Amino acid sequence: MLKKDVSDLLRKSKKWGWVLEPDAQRIFSLYGFETPKYDVAVHGDQAAAVARRIGYPVVAKIVSPAIVHKSDVQGVVVGIRDDQALIQTLERFRRIDGFVGMLIAEMVRGLELIIGSKNDLQFGPMILVGMGGVGVEIYKDVALRMAPLTLRDADNMLGELTARKLLAGYRGSEPINLAALRKTIMDFSRLMMDLKDVVESVDLNPVMCNATSCLIVDARIMLKK
Amino acid sequence: MNLKPLFAPRTMAVVGVSATNGRHPANVIFDKNHHRYPVEVFGVNPRGGRLYDEPLYRRIGDIPKKIDLAVIAARADFVPDLIAECIDAGAKSAAVISGGFTEAGRADLQERMVAIAREARFPVIGPNCLGLFVPFRVDTLFLPIERMIHPNPGGVAFVSQSGGILVDQMIKFTQQGVGMSKAVSIGNKALVREIDLLKYLLSDPDTRVIAFYVEGFAAGEGRRFVLAADCAPKPVILMKSGKSEAGHRAVSSHTASLAGDYASFTAAIAQHHILEAVNELELVSFCEVLSSYTKPIDGRIGIITGSGGHGAMAVDACVAARLSVPEFSESLQERLQAGVSENIRSIASMGNPVDLTGSGVDDDFVACVKAMGASDEIDCIIVLLLPYLPGVTLDIGVRLSHARKPSKKPVIAYVPHVEKYNMMIDGFELNGTPVSSSIEGAVLMAKGLMRKKPC
Repeated sequence: MLKKDVSDLLRKSKKWGWVLEPDAQRIFSLYGFETPKYDVAVHGDQAAAVARRIGYPVVAKIVSPAIVHKSDVQGVVVGIRDDQALIQTLERFRRIDGFVGMLIAEMVRGLELIIGSKNDLQFGPMILVGMGGVGVEIYKDVALRMAPLTLRDADNMLGELTARKLLAGYRGSEPINLAALRKTIMDFSRLMMDLKDVVESVDLNPVMCNATSCLIVDARIMLKK
Repeated sequence: MNLKPLFAPRTMAVVGVSATNGRHPANVIFDKNHHRYPVEVFGVNPRGGRLYDEPLYRRIGDIPKKIDLAVIAARADFVPDLIAECIDAGAKSAAVISGGFTEAGRADLQERMVAIAREARFPVIGPNCLGLFVPFRVDTLFLPIERMIHPNPGGVAFVSQSGGILVDQMIKFTQQGVGMSKAVSIGNKALVREIDLLKYLLSDPDTRVIAFYVEGFAAGEGRRFVLAADCAPKPVILMKSGKSEAGHRAVSSHTASLAGDYASFTAAIAQHHILEAVNELELVSFCEVLSSYTKPIDGRIGIITGSGGHGAMAVDACVAARLSVPEFSESLQERLQAGVSENIRSIASMGNPVDLTGSGVDDDFVACVKAMGASDEIDCIIVLLLPYLPGVTLDIGVRLSHARKPSKKPVIAYVPHVEKYNMMIDGFELNGTPVSSSIEGAVLMAKGLMRKKPC
């Protein structure tokens, strides 16, 4: 059974065919996933208040039902340090097609991973784990399994990645919290089984993993037609 | 659904036999079963008449015996009613050879046929297929008997969506000395599908390895299939076509783009301990090796050869297949050295590959298989045999097969497959040691054993 709030958010999103990012973030936090602190603002003073509450520096992202790929329209700005830069960004976002708001989120650091799902016609929900970021389709360092995953599947997937050494801490970098990553993957696999009748595909990209936690920094949920 | 009558019929009706046209597919099927198989065959034709001085029955119900298998090669329009007739007459199963259904825009006919059969739990193979072949039992392939290659009885069952691939693979299995238990062409797979045959073959005592050629599964069917095959007591092998994505479909998520249809197929079957054969050579090699050996290996390979070049080629193929060829310890090298004939001790190399040179004799190969069999530095042995070497005799196959048995370590041989060397090849194969006709094939056999991951 889906939580009522989640069903409501999914129903509302149906007309766009996908779930706007703040709603997607909300769905994942409702299910106990860790996300950075965030809020949505439409006006300048509101934005500044949100950013101060979260604490500069922040990241700003366009919210628009017309923009699925935010980076393609320079709809993501990281490292905003003050009100002035924030409001300038907001003014620019306003001119982007379909603007309904600006998502302002805490900046987090870590290793960029992707955790995704695709509802395959023949095999049902498939789970993908790999190295994330904008280059994900260039490097294709990913592993794929049919959901629901066992813990052994999750471990095998991480072991399959070319960049697996980065997870354990490479050349002085801190190892990531593997237990948190495993938990995120397993919870995600369970959630995708619950959502298999409504969801077409999901990208959590990036999921920022560091020594303490794995945070879902960006979530895109595409719905079934 | 009880599928047994399909594979072991004692009585068969062939529907559509012509009294005048001996080349009609139904007549070909009638003839071969009538003359060659231990099954009582009855011809059916709505106009009646006689064939070989025996009556052609107008209806299946007119046949004086209960029919185990009805082979239907009549026009598609008649098929749904013929299936109903089979059921009324108490027949136990049918193979519909006729085309002209979904593949020709007549999904309605196929649906009617399925509805009738499903209600009666009546197993139907096809339509639009060649049906089935069981060595020395039954053969519904409408191919003249003198043109067919008949595989020996053995442990491999092969189920194919395509009839052409099935027959071709029967030829390739035969060329490689791989025996078959069942060959099934399922065509449009309207009722009996891969998963039904998987379940049947898992309990079939004649079948040790189950292989499929699949073009695609229906919605959700791939998931049901891999779950049914997971950790099965017999190895399951899939070969798939249609791997390339159709054009550049617009996908709006990274995951959907990275997890295409074929990527998902490959991942899902490997996750559930099913072997994927990416081409025909892998299919034949995996089937052959897994009908001889059932225990998975880590993939540490010891190679014995009579030629340095063969050894080097095999090492390259092993590395490409992610098998390792570890260099032997000094103590193992000493034991190997001590076991071979004195005249080659100074010229043979023992490091792995073990190169016995062109002067090696049968006894040297036997000694090396024994020493490597007793060592835990490797878990599989590939012997590259050059039958034209003067010291190698036709007995080598039998001798190596006996030599490998105490250690239970799998031995795989390469021998060029030409008629002249058949007795040597038989010496291996009839004693349970798989032989490939190429170095690459022998390495693929080892890869098959490694890929068969334990559950």
